[in-house]
Amino acid sequence: MIRAPMPAPSRSAPPPVPGFAGRAIACRRGERLVFAKLDFALPAGGALLLTGPNGSGKSSLLRLMAGLGRPEAGAITWEGEAISADPAAHRTRLHFIGHQEAVKPVLSVAENLAFWAGLHGGTSGIAAALAHFRLERLADWPARLLSAGQRHRLALARLLASPAALWLLDEPATGLDDEAVGDLLAAIAAHRADGGRVALSTHTALPLPAAATLTLGRAA
Amino acid sequence: MSGFLLLVRRDLRLALRQGGDAAMVLAFFVLTVVLFPFGVGPEPELLARIAAGIVWVTALLAALLSLERLFQTDYEDGSLEALALMPLPLEAQVLAKCLAHWLVTGLPLTLVAPFLGLLLHLEPAGYPVLVAGMALGTPSLSLIGAVGAALSLGARRGGVLLSLLVLPLYIPVLIFGVAAIEASIAGLGARPHLLLLAALLAGAVPLAPLAAAAALRQAVE
Repeated sequence: MIRAPMPAPSRSAPPPVPGFAGRAIACRRGERLVFAKLDFALPAGGALLLTGPNGSGKSSLLRLMAGLGRPEAGAITWEGEAISADPAAHRTRLHFIGHQEAVKPVLSVAENLAFWAGLHGGTSGIAAALAHFRLERLADWPARLLSAGQRHRLALARLLASPAALWLLDEPATGLDDEAVGDLLAAIAAHRADGGRVALSTHTALPLPAAATLTLGRAA
Repeated sequence: MSGFLLLVRRDLRLALRQGGDAAMVLAFFVLTVVLFPFGVGPEPELLARIAAGIVWVTALLAALLSLERLFQTDYEDGSLEALALMPLPLEAQVLAKCLAHWLVTGLPLTLVAPFLGLLLHLEPAGYPVLVAGMALGTPSLSLIGAVGAALSLGARRGGVLLSLLVLPLYIPVLIFGVAAIEASIAGLGARPHLLLLAALLAGAVPLAPLAAAAALRQAVE
């Protein structure tokens, strides 16, 4: 839908953008400008695929969307209001699943999930989340016995365990078998059907209907 | 259950299932104190004279020993990043983690300290004040230590850096903790010293989580 780089924005304040959007974002990691003048818009029920070579800033952009760090320039807004204006509200409405699973080996699968869901504000979906990602039979296992793929599924189960309007997924299909990728796509489809938003980075083609693609350029 | 209590319960559960950390701190405390009679000789008068200082200094070092892991494992497995994205403010989360840390280190140290005092011929008048002082002082050690632990995250040889950062800040707690015991043995009343320990704690409870949370945000950015 939208490709970076976009034309330079005018100096005057832009009109508020509905939904979840970013305007003229720049990101710096250390001395290096990873990307600049990047725009995105993610309407309700929409999906945004971030593609691009390694180091092009896919993860950095997702982290900025989550509010981990602030953009060097530009603004990220939710219904016209900058997410930095009310970080707690933004954190309540999002799930961010990064490369690290945040799974404690000595806690059981169910305990790991219940902790994150409870801290996020809702434990109603735990059973459904375990069932969806085929972890029911492992629920009482200590997480140290899980394989890498199972650990990743446990991390993804957080998406369903407590509701959130915005999912930010950093290469969610990495390490998953075909069945689990299917589970993930089904979860995303159901989330979007309910008006949820998804932004995810990927290196493999994921069949997401009506998804916008944002291709990040090669790093300078 | 509120997020604060969830986090305390999770950290306690982790500490109990892993077991090693808390037991190691306690064992270090006991063993190090037991070394002193061998080092300085068994004369009861000498040991009684330095007992308060030995117990406090050793408790400080024991608390320091466990601090490196306060945020380290969460940092390494991605939990810290996920915690920073939870609705509960990071400051409150730091406070919850400090409370859990105190329950598995500071509290056991406080309970064991009188027995080590016995071993060192501490004057009878010193015991209640030793326990009261440790009860007031060890939470400050956890809180101040959390700032150092957050600042040294990701640094090479973080443990050494942590000691250098935190030990100077522990000096006030040490001074008033020991002074309280000596004052009560001398019959002067320990109240002012204990009040100062309480004041340090009252300052650390709001300030240390603020500083530690700021450092943690830097670490996950």
